[in-house]
Amino acid sequence: MSIVRIPPVLRETVGGSRTLAAHGATVDEVLADLFANYPALRARVTDDGELSPFVNVYVNDRDVRYRDGLETPVGPDDTVILLPAMAGGAR
Amino acid sequence: MSAAEALELAASGWRILDVREQVEWNEGHIPDATLLPLADLPARIAEVAPDREAPLLVHCAVGARSLRAAAWLLQNGYTNVANLRGSLLDWRRLGGAWEAPEQLLTPAQQRRYSRQVLIPEIGQAGQRKLLDARVLLIGAGGLGSPAALYLAASGIGTIGLVDDDVVDESNLQRQVLHASDRVGMHKTESARMTLAALNPETQVVEHRERLDADNVERLIADYDVIVDGTDNFDTRYLLNDAAVKLRKPVVHGSIYRWDGQVTTFVPFEGPCYRCMYPTQPPPELAPACAVAGVLGVLPGIAGLIQANEVFKLVLGVGETLAGRLLMFDAMATDFSEVKIWRDPACPACGEGTIQ
Repeated sequence: MSIVRIPPVLRETVGGSRTLAAHGATVDEVLADLFANYPALRARVTDDGELSPFVNVYVNDRDVRYRDGLETPVGPDDTVILLPAMAGGAR
Repeated sequence: MSAAEALELAASGWRILDVREQVEWNEGHIPDATLLPLADLPARIAEVAPDREAPLLVHCAVGARSLRAAAWLLQNGYTNVANLRGSLLDWRRLGGAWEAPEQLLTPAQQRRYSRQVLIPEIGQAGQRKLLDARVLLIGAGGLGSPAALYLAASGIGTIGLVDDDVVDESNLQRQVLHASDRVGMHKTESARMTLAALNPETQVVEHRERLDADNVERLIADYDVIVDGTDNFDTRYLLNDAAVKLRKPVVHGSIYRWDGQVTTFVPFEGPCYRCMYPTQPPPELAPACAVAGVLGVLPGIAGLIQANEVFKLVLGVGETLAGRLLMFDAMATDFSEVKIWRDPACPACGEGTIQ
């Protein structure tokens, strides 16, 4: 079971949780496990079955784009971080 | 021997031996003198003055050490030794030659910035860099407020502020540059008043305009470091592309409710914003504070981390956040970071772009 950190802008899609536990040996499987429980999350994180270009996914501190993308392995002690672009207001 | 007599000896070609310490020498010395601290005299005199008959004029600061040096020299076979009695100030008062290093700071600046000048990585030279630095803040709001206050307090020479907004009552909960009696005033003007009161030495340049495609390059061209406190993706991408083009480091900060992110983009040395997110997200992914809400201390924390990055960039010391995105969660009081890579396919700074 790995831990997935949910960024503040996506928390509304998962009932406000900051972190969720999910099953899966790859990023794809971990996300599929989450989407099964939180369908609203899928629309924000993926686009036509691919990862949205506006959301980066990290396993621990590494961007999966520079590893094996959705096939990047996820170990039971790993943390998956979803990181959408944040514009967050100064005004 | 008096200072007047010593001047005559020096004019007639006597060799001058300064037996003070190196640190005293550094603060000013007689240009033709040779430094040989008293403690090193026995060990090094043969190398410095091999001819024991050549005339030697010995001096220190007030005449005590040089008296001992002169006595030692006479005992050790030097035959032509004179000691300058009294203070070196007499030498200078009578017009004796003197060389002092250029003072990097005025006495007032030395007093004002003394606590940071004491830090080895800053010192007078570092303080001079801060006083000569030009920092542009995009936004005089939540992130810009704490950054501007501490940058000005530390003596950053020029702070530019880009903001076309006026102070609103709802800003005051976090935008600490402004004040209750300034509601309705231009933010840049309110900021200038606050910063002038804090440190009159910092020059504040008001850019009362909104950053756009037409003005972005002009606005950033004259500055050394840019602090990005913008509230929307349009500005963020415009700024990124212009900063990459003009090779300006950008210290990026963003906040949302209880969460903040800070990183530093140094063009062509580390990643840029487009390396992280190549294409601009739709505006609905950027809820403003007015919609989402924000805790007051959050931009305070993020803005000060940004100011800390500016100091390192200006001073050229330490490790910046280039290549690292620092994330903090105020609710859990948790700081973590992820690595950001330069993307070879980056449309702004990747291969195929002009470097």
